Amino acid sequence: MRIVVCVKHVPDLMAERRLVDGHVDRDQGDGTLNELDENAVEAALVLAAEHEAEVVVLTVGPDDAVDAVRRGLQMGADRGVHVLDDALAGSDVFGTATVLAAAVRHVEEDGPVDLVLTGMASLDGLTSMLPAVLAAELGLPQLTLATELALTDGSVQVRRDLDHATEVLRAPLPALVSVTDQSNDPRYPAFAGIMAARKKPVEQLSLEDLGVDASFVGAQGSRTEVLDAAERPPRENRVLITDEGDAGARLAAYLVDHKLV
Amino acid sequence: MATAPVLVLIDHTDDGAVRPAVRELLALAARFGSVHGVWVDPVAPGADALAELGAHGASQVHVVAPNGEHHLTPVVAEAIAVVVGSVAPRAVLLTNSFEHKEVAGVLGVRTGAGVVVDAAGLEDSDGTFVATKSVFAATWTTRCAIRTPLAVVAVKPNAAEVVATGQGPASVEVHAVDAEAATAAARGVELVERTERAPSGRPDLSSAQVVVVGGRGTDGDFGPVADLADVLGGAVGATRVATDEGWIDHEAQIGQTGVTVSPRLYIGAGVSGAVHHRGGMQSAGTIIAVNNDPEAPIFEIADLGIVGDLRTVLPAATQELRRLLG
Repeated sequence: MRIVVCVKHVPDLMAERRLVDGHVDRDQGDGTLNELDENAVEAALVLAAEHEAEVVVLTVGPDDAVDAVRRGLQMGADRGVHVLDDALAGSDVFGTATVLAAAVRHVEEDGPVDLVLTGMASLDGLTSMLPAVLAAELGLPQLTLATELALTDGSVQVRRDLDHATEVLRAPLPALVSVTDQSNDPRYPAFAGIMAARKKPVEQLSLEDLGVDASFVGAQGSRTEVLDAAERPPRENRVLITDEGDAGARLAAYLVDHKLV
Repeated sequence: MATAPVLVLIDHTDDGAVRPAVRELLALAARFGSVHGVWVDPVAPGADALAELGAHGASQVHVVAPNGEHHLTPVVAEAIAVVVGSVAPRAVLLTNSFEHKEVAGVLGVRTGAGVVVDAAGLEDSDGTFVATKSVFAATWTTRCAIRTPLAVVAVKPNAAEVVATGQGPASVEVHAVDAEAATAAARGVELVERTERAPSGRPDLSSAQVVVVGGRGTDGDFGPVADLADVLGGAVGATRVATDEGWIDHEAQIGQTGVTVSPRLYIGAGVSGAVHHRGGMQSAGTIIAVNNDPEAPIFEIADLGIVGDLRTVLPAATQELRRLLG
């Protein structure tokens, strides 16, 4: 069996982030594998050990996006696919999903893909729609936000905790599953894993290789356009006090003065 | 000439009660045209729901009973697409829950619409919808134009003031979804089990006007946090540490992987203000923090910061508020 894990390279969350011309400025600070995608890689590796699957880590993005693939390989995935093309800059979720879907189909040329796994959202905060949109593009059953995941007899079953309800969903394979940060504790790559990852292949593909029309992706294919971006002004008139026995009363007075009660 | 309507997906409980966040969507939609609700459920809306929707500005409700599991987001998207095909709306507005953001995305695939989720505001700029959203843990605000004829927008709570229009009940139009299309939309997914959570007696966390949050500093005792929330009529939230410790249900977790809140008032008690947590609350109107560590990062974003012990400060504040509010 074969599992494809979609991962994203994001700017380090702890680093100060900026927007330049409406796009994430990726030139500063170290990036990293989107932390939530580590849960997807972990889920894939656990299933692969149980069901003897090949795990392929897939990403779409600029040069340094390959770091996210490398991290997946260090954790134990078998090989990587990196879609890299200048025309991709500024893609919206639909453009990104079109390219990911084409790349999954490319992997399928080597044999069927049984499961596509993703994280629950990208921590650079731009969208959490990707799993559902990718499933729709691929025509696969979507089982999103899984906190538990099991494969049995050609079907996949997940448990999910939503805002207002808990659900159990089941679907035949092939399927797309997104996992939450509650689903597992991602392993930390061991030294041997880091060394082994150096020899694992990463296939680099362009839009032309995938047969994707460049006019559907990137800023020109985007259905939305960022008009402007402004850093939120710091909060004014901030007050910091140390409790001298009257802080509770001062808190209450603050709420009254500011018409918050 | 009548302008194209704006559709609002009516989020409702399994027993047919309209969820509070919908009222804000109706008020927002009314700024752009006539407001039509979309009700996706084999059980039609009751008289109470239609009266409430009418009183908040919906002239019409399109009822779609898909021949398929109506809790599955692609089936909901297919049902909305049927209404979109029938009434040619300018926009579809949804709440910002994880499920409805998925519905928005799949609807975008199905209709070619441009989609914005996590919108904190929406305006009509010469016929083009422009959504405001905050990104990077709410440290930046972006304005995003939707270039397609149909705009699909998932809107965060407290983006608009609720308006009571005093209109009568919304009229009902029933739409049929092609059975084959609904089955195809589900793509083989079967809902094996669904348990809706019982309401807590407090306001819904994601749409509450006031949220009081407990973190590591509570040491597991949420009593003072809950008491302050109750005197303020607010919801109780928690940090990842507090939910991981099992001090409170995981559903109370505020942050980038939990619930995003944007209340008028946020009070954090024993909350350090880790970046993941800030991403879920930083767009709050007023932020108050109580923490015994003067170096806690949350003080960098607090309008009122109190260095002190939450176990004395919170009960004292609660007592004083009870006296003032009598």
